[in-house]
Amino acid sequence: MRNNRLKIIISGGLIGILSALLVKLGNPANMGICVACFYRDITGALGLHRASVVQYLRPEIIGFILGAFIMAKFKHEFKARGGSSPVIRFVLGFFLMIGALVFLGCPLRMILRLSNGDLNALVGLIGYIVGILIGIQFIKKGFTLGRSIKQTPAAGYFMPAIAIILLIFLIAKPTFIIFSEKGPGALHSPVWISLVAALIIGAVIQRTRLCTAGGIRDAFLIKDYHFLWGLIGIFAFSLIGNLIFNPAGFKIGFVDQPVAHNDFIWNFLGMTLTGLTAVLLGGCPLRQTILASEGDADSAITVIGFIVGAAFAHNFGLAASPKGVGTNGKIAVIIGLIVVLAIAASVVSYKQKQSNKKVKGGDKIVA
Amino acid sequence: MLHNTVDARGRSCPEPVVMTKNALDNYDGEKIQVLVDAMVAVENIKRFVEGRGFNVEVEEKDEEYIITINK
Repeated sequence: MRNNRLKIIISGGLIGILSALLVKLGNPANMGICVACFYRDITGALGLHRASVVQYLRPEIIGFILGAFIMAKFKHEFKARGGSSPVIRFVLGFFLMIGALVFLGCPLRMILRLSNGDLNALVGLIGYIVGILIGIQFIKKGFTLGRSIKQTPAAGYFMPAIAIILLIFLIAKPTFIIFSEKGPGALHSPVWISLVAALIIGAVIQRTRLCTAGGIRDAFLIKDYHFLWGLIGIFAFSLIGNLIFNPAGFKIGFVDQPVAHNDFIWNFLGMTLTGLTAVLLGGCPLRQTILASEGDADSAITVIGFIVGAAFAHNFGLAASPKGVGTNGKIAVIIGLIVVLAIAASVVSYKQKQSNKKVKGGDKIVA
Repeated sequence: MLHNTVDARGRSCPEPVVMTKNALDNYDGEKIQVLVDAMVAVENIKRFVEGRGFNVEVEEKDEEYIITINK
């Protein structure tokens, strides 16, 4: 038990310390790792959005995928599976990304921002917890996206194959790939260091199953604090790393925080949307990435939802900037909350009707 | 098959644990069997069930796991 706890704290700690190191070596401030931002940057590098300051083929994402893939293969956990409500997962992934880009970060970056004194991330965290609590209510009422089943192996290799293609583009730099010349997209650690750090993190997280949504969800839902210790590990070691590597950057407050805005309501609601969707999907963006790398085609569809969400977020001016959140972004978050709540409610109502039918038919089976 | 068998194969987190929890809440002294097909579900269920003071046995069969729970 204690041994397990130590493992998960170290696993989180590894993310925290490597994130601080990546910032030291060139990544944007408080963005050693941001799963949402990095998918957004990749989306831009592929030309799927044209926000010139956030376009880069982030090697961290490539590393997470390949690290998790190699580890899963090695441990015989790679298994092509899918078929659990792919379209709903796509929509949830899409809106998860909108929420994250209005807040300016995925839940992981939220913890990293908090560990460097950005109190806007505390507002985001409260929003995230509220979103998770709402999601838990649906889970308790029987929300499910249904079973996944075994798929043909080709489906499982989708994500690792995409990672290899992106890696080739990153090294060969063909002219159709766009790299930012200024802004956060132009700030990055040396490619090989990012890649190796992410390979390690991907492999470790594949083993320990760390998930930022799971940490908070399980604490409330089943009083299991295992993954929460991992989140504490991320926070503590990122704080230590920041103080060692970038002491001048540490600043407690709301104003002038790097790649952040201090619009309370939208920091809160953006992360509420992200927390709610993450619980309904069964995991945060990092966890979805790891699952997709292990052959989970449903998580791969979710990742495609992230990418399309990121493209829309910048093409339609939904994403926030350090100046704040625009009208389109606010409308998108509200639409997102309505759509996601409607989906969750309709799934619960459908399941309840089905289970009533089973009782009437006299063939009720446990679960 | 036992009368209290929980089939949580192919379910996303946290459904296997929640389904197991529901079965434990109705524990009547007869052992409970949970079927899952992912190691992560085995780990989560094992941690949860052991935390509640039950005994757990895990058997692997054709890439699936049978978790047997009793007191």
